[in-house]
Amino acid sequence: MNRTSTAVLADAGGRGDVTESDASLRRFLHGLPGVDKVGADARAAALSTRSIKTTAKAYAIDLAISMIDLTTLEGADTPGKVRTLCAKAVHPDPTDPGVPATAAVCVYNDLVGLAKADLGSSGVKVAAVATAFPSGRASLAVKLTDTRDAVAAGADEIDMVIDRGAFLSGRYLQVLDEIAAIKAACGVAHLKVILETGELATYDNVRRASWLAMLAGADFIKTSTGKVSPAATLPVTLVMLEACRDWRDSTGATVGMKPAGGIRTTKDAMRYLVLVNETVGTDWLTPDLFRLGASSLLNDLLLQRHKLATGRYSGPDYVTVD
Amino acid sequence: MSPAPFEYAPAPESRAVVDIASSYGLFIDGEFVDGNGPAFKTVNPATEEVLADISEASAEDVDRAVAAARRAYTKVWSKTSGKDRAKYLFRIARLVQERSRELAVLETLDNGKPIKESRDVDIPLVAAYFFYYAGWADKLSHAGFGPDPKPLGVAAQVIPWNFPLLMLAWKIAPALAAGNTVVLKPAETTPLTALLFADICRQADLPPGVVNIVTGAGEAGRALVEHPDVDKIAFTGSTAVGKAIARSAAGTRKRLTLELGGKAANIVFDDAPIDQTVEGIVSGIFFNQGHVCCAGSRLLVQESVADEVVERLKRRLTTLRLGDPMDKNTDIGAINSAEQLARIRALTDVGDTEGAQRWTAPCDLPAHGFWFAPTVFTNVTQSHRIAREEIFGPVLSVLTFRTPDEAVAKANNTPYGLSAGVWTEKGSLILRMASELRAGVVWANTFNQFDPTSPFGGYKESGFGREGGRHGLAAYLDVA
Repeated sequence: MNRTSTAVLADAGGRGDVTESDASLRRFLHGLPGVDKVGADARAAALSTRSIKTTAKAYAIDLAISMIDLTTLEGADTPGKVRTLCAKAVHPDPTDPGVPATAAVCVYNDLVGLAKADLGSSGVKVAAVATAFPSGRASLAVKLTDTRDAVAAGADEIDMVIDRGAFLSGRYLQVLDEIAAIKAACGVAHLKVILETGELATYDNVRRASWLAMLAGADFIKTSTGKVSPAATLPVTLVMLEACRDWRDSTGATVGMKPAGGIRTTKDAMRYLVLVNETVGTDWLTPDLFRLGASSLLNDLLLQRHKLATGRYSGPDYVTVD
Repeated sequence: MSPAPFEYAPAPESRAVVDIASSYGLFIDGEFVDGNGPAFKTVNPATEEVLADISEASAEDVDRAVAAARRAYTKVWSKTSGKDRAKYLFRIARLVQERSRELAVLETLDNGKPIKESRDVDIPLVAAYFFYYAGWADKLSHAGFGPDPKPLGVAAQVIPWNFPLLMLAWKIAPALAAGNTVVLKPAETTPLTALLFADICRQADLPPGVVNIVTGAGEAGRALVEHPDVDKIAFTGSTAVGKAIARSAAGTRKRLTLELGGKAANIVFDDAPIDQTVEGIVSGIFFNQGHVCCAGSRLLVQESVADEVVERLKRRLTTLRLGDPMDKNTDIGAINSAEQLARIRALTDVGDTEGAQRWTAPCDLPAHGFWFAPTVFTNVTQSHRIAREEIFGPVLSVLTFRTPDEAVAKANNTPYGLSAGVWTEKGSLILRMASELRAGVVWANTFNQFDPTSPFGGYKESGFGREGGRHGLAAYLDVA
């Protein structure tokens, strides 16, 4: 039990520890206010009509680039591809040193060492997916080993997946304990907890899983692995950001948020930033607290950035494929 | 270090998409003609800039318009088949869609509402109502009023300034579908979209005289509703004027439907989905600057969650963007007129005097035009005037309750009865509240939703008759 969750308990008026049993944890999570799906969808849709132009667009494009976890999570990944990705993360546009670096490069466990060596002291973090990503179907021992392995190889951030089977069958305590154990294994590395919202079925579950992850000590909560459809959506991100906001209201602690998967265009990215801006506010408009998990998004941002600067589109041949 | 704020750059809609003439006449018998009264000016309430000179219809002008409508009814429209009436209505609906950008910009310029709302709500709904009633025109025998129900004749229609074109659609679409002809008077502060609609009628080749538009203020409206040759009066507006119309129609053969004021209760229970509830409260009272007859102007919130709801509401209100209605990111536009602004100020001042606690959203008001910042009154009691009288502006009065019985008693304790909202995750409570609330519309876990298939109208002093849906046809058929 960490200090922040103790504060939540005090706030919730709990006598004793909400995490002491499945029953008490269930009472707490199911006591959270419900989420009306129609209303949440409508709010996200309304915010997505914001018109971001000129100076606001320039600001948002650079901010979005600096928030990207540039990701490659394929069985076919090669050392060469990871090298290219690292170079691109540090200098997204080799012709324009004014373009900020991305926040991190996100790879599988076995490529962490390579990425770390390439990125060195550039400031770009190395994030590793761990805990039997993407399904999470392995024993806790295996997940812990996976995590320690990535940390030992130099990962600055660990993106873990929750056990959706345990969550959906109501074994909340098991999910909580597992996250807490992985958090302990992370040491100084930051922990992002992937809820895989595409498998959680309801926004009520998304809110509960968000609180569960924060209670267990998550530094970030993240929507998706990118391997399940639907991946990140605006309403799901809205619900999770509201959870981050309410968590800070209750505990004073800030937890970051990362939508991942399906974010491909500059327009998509603008919509996520508007959501952050008008839900949790300016405090979250930093890579320390908001990330975009994406691969092809960066190229579209670069094209739009170029268009904004020169007044014309340059086309896909002017950005690098990897 | 705190990150830099994300400031949205101005994103103005172009006003070049619409041509505004320097002066407009009346639309009678398919032609624009000069009125005999003195011209008046319509202004952009966001800037006080004069948009155009508008003809004031005199009693003789109104007489000519009613005569044109009568002629068109007798000679053409009553002999036009339902199928052909539908053809014209479908045409109008499509033209509204084709010219939607023009209509949206004009509505925003003349009314002061944000372009976001005229573009995404008003104009799409206008098209939807015409499409919907176009579909009924050849199916009246199957509408549940018996075989071959007959129209009433000439309808006199007087509409308000809060949703100028949408209220026109609510009036004209069912009237024409049922086989009536109309003379419509738009509000004096917002005549422009109705006059553009007249152009759409010509474009659709609607026979002359089926739709006539007369502009002017109260006197023109009085001449219209008191004209001896109208068979039907449909009025949307204030309860005071509605009562005067009802008196003038008493003892005549004229059919009457009234859609008047409201002081809707938006009732929040302690198990409500809180974030969506806050959104619903915002859209309930701050949509269209609160110029909505069914606005959720009284927030009734269960005592146990009152502080939390109000705190979250205030936080949300600080993100509202007030300013240039033509900016695509504006949430709160201008108050429609100096007169309405004065009324809002007067009533809110009474709120202060009576001891309610005023909170105003922090936002800069533009130097020109008519503006009122979103305002919330707490510590309001049932006896305060701000809890009883319709303010018709962006002002919310917050009251609390402990039990469902108390909520119902407080919600119903008003001479009005147009709409209400209920927020709870408990379905049985929604059904109970819906059956006990004396309001024409009860929204559950949402607010201010409109659809052509759904009847809309009031209890008590909010009026009678229904607009929308199958029920809306009854107001224009000889079936009562």
